[in-house]
Amino acid sequence: MGKMLNQKKSNTGTFVALFCILALFVLLVLVDNVFPTNSFTLMLIPVLKKGAIYSLVCVSMNLLNGFTGLFSLGQAGFMLLGAYSYAAFSISAASHGAVYQYFDGGIIKFSIPEIFAKALGENAGNFLGSVVCILIGGAVAALFAFLIGIPVLRLKSDYLAIASLGFAEIIRAFAQWDVLGPVTNGSNLLRKYTTFSDMKISFGDFTLKLGTLFPFLIVSVCILLIVLLINSSYGRAFKAIRDDEVAAQAMGINLAKHKRMSFVISSFFAGVSGALIAMYQTTVASSAFTTAMTYEILLIVVIGGIGSVTGSCIGAFLYIACSEWWLRFLDSGEVLGVSVPFFRDGFRKVVFSVVIMIIVLFFSRGIMGDKELSFNRLFAKFRKKKAPEVTENEQ
Amino acid sequence: MSSNVLHIENVTMQFGGVVAVNNLSLDINKGEIVALIGPNGAGKTTAFNCVTGVYEPTNGLVEFNGVPIVRNHPKGKMAKTYMGENANMYQGKVLHPTPDVITKMGIARTFQNIRLWKSMTVFENVLTAKHLNAKQSVFSAMLHLNTSEEKHMREETMELLCEQGLDKFANELATSLPYGYQRKLEIARALATKPQLLLLDEPAAGMNPQETEELSEFICEIRDKYDLSVFLIEHHMNLVMDISDRIYVIDFGKVISQGVPSEVQADQRVIDAYLGVSDVG
Repeated sequence: MGKMLNQKKSNTGTFVALFCILALFVLLVLVDNVFPTNSFTLMLIPVLKKGAIYSLVCVSMNLLNGFTGLFSLGQAGFMLLGAYSYAAFSISAASHGAVYQYFDGGIIKFSIPEIFAKALGENAGNFLGSVVCILIGGAVAALFAFLIGIPVLRLKSDYLAIASLGFAEIIRAFAQWDVLGPVTNGSNLLRKYTTFSDMKISFGDFTLKLGTLFPFLIVSVCILLIVLLINSSYGRAFKAIRDDEVAAQAMGINLAKHKRMSFVISSFFAGVSGALIAMYQTTVASSAFTTAMTYEILLIVVIGGIGSVTGSCIGAFLYIACSEWWLRFLDSGEVLGVSVPFFRDGFRKVVFSVVIMIIVLFFSRGIMGDKELSFNRLFAKFRKKKAPEVTENEQ
Repeated sequence: MSSNVLHIENVTMQFGGVVAVNNLSLDINKGEIVALIGPNGAGKTTAFNCVTGVYEPTNGLVEFNGVPIVRNHPKGKMAKTYMGENANMYQGKVLHPTPDVITKMGIARTFQNIRLWKSMTVFENVLTAKHLNAKQSVFSAMLHLNTSEEKHMREETMELLCEQGLDKFANELATSLPYGYQRKLEIARALATKPQLLLLDEPAAGMNPQETEELSEFICEIRDKYDLSVFLIEHHMNLVMDISDRIYVIDFGKVISQGVPSEVQADQRVIDAYLGVSDVG
């Protein structure tokens, strides 16, 4: 019995999942390099990139809201911190004068990817430099989360949500403040930094573009870390706090410490996804990180299932694909060549709202509930479905 | 001579103008089962909460194995409205650790209304209570660097479940268990923290006579097996009289009687408190 509990039922599912992820990575490289550029790939590639990034931020929000039971709405604020930190450290040194034209070229005079590029060559330098900058973005977000957590985490449920929402708005206002201009460029854009399109490998004359693979790589590593955390002793402590705070404390779980831990870790990954969003958008402006963005993320978490990592990922890709791609025809005024008068700008959002309301009404626990999608479970279901068929044949 | 495990001295808990616990003093020696009884609203659970750090008592001292763990005296505005006794006895440094710290010291408790973690299985409920002894940092936990600790925790949990006869439910949701087993699981979860003193808040609430009898055997059993002292609140007199070494009776926050079960049973003040005093002489 003890052995049975120690080891997962079988590892086949894990291997199949790993294989699928590897196959996906290969496919992503093919999409970037082999597939012809047409209207399909022009839509597919951005949706994949943004979907991956949103997966990470949704999983990070799920860690806080779904697994620790802390209803926080500060995600956009932490993404902003990550995005600005990433951009500030990776703007190419030569472009500082142009980017910070009103602030004497800013106060950060170096570019981390360029420093790495000098030592390791351009491609490897860009890759490692960006990773370092992404980590800085996460660390800055985590630092702010630590400081903000001291007063804010004393609050509970709705009050915590409002306080963290307020924080996100304050950060957004601060980013536009002139005094911080030498770092944030005031109300102007940050641009000319390392983006996804700089991610490539050269073999002599041939270059392999890795622009789509890069976000998936970072996001997979981050989500893997979050899943490992959730399945560890600390993850169980988080769930205990969610289920019953009083009992958790009585069983020796330090509430303040564990809540802070969850808040800081979640914010770190929100910061990382903020940095990835900066790479995706190629410019950073504080106006992009609005409360509406947090609500979008919350919506995906709810649709995917509160307390389900795979649910958040599926939700993120579905949401991004619907809002950016599949429902776009509703705005265009015609379907399959037939013009429909009320399909005009903004109608997409109406339909989208209705779809979301239907999901919330009929799948109130989201796509996955608090379960996880795993190949082991799928196999088990498949076997169960097959079993009765056999008995029928016998009869 | 048996050594003193828990020493409560002049503990008073005042909520505004209500004195819930008034000058409560009691002692629990090693290996003893001590019961705290009294009519509804007498302040039994409040006394528990003062010991476990849920409430900060207005006045008084609690010692665990001779070490002060909770100490307070009325100060500021409270000093003026204080209605208890011995207001100036405990002027030392105020001690009021949070419940998790007290649990780590070795005092575990269960709750009057069962508080299991609902989304978790029986196994996970006990496993999670083992977290307080986890030594690894969150980073090593995240990267699964120390798998031996995790394995050890799982083994200990399974062992505990087997000992309590809960292993057959290990993978079931805690809330899907029959009521009596949920109570048992809550005690098992408290045992997972490796306590020296176990506080049981109405463990037999809602149980039928047979289940209650099983529970009294169970409490004696775990006392012997894990070398525990037990402090319990209970309304089932059969259970209390059966297993307690000593009994404290409180009413309106004050101790009105104490002693071995037979003494307490015969005490007129106890009978009065439970049945009411007749006005007609």
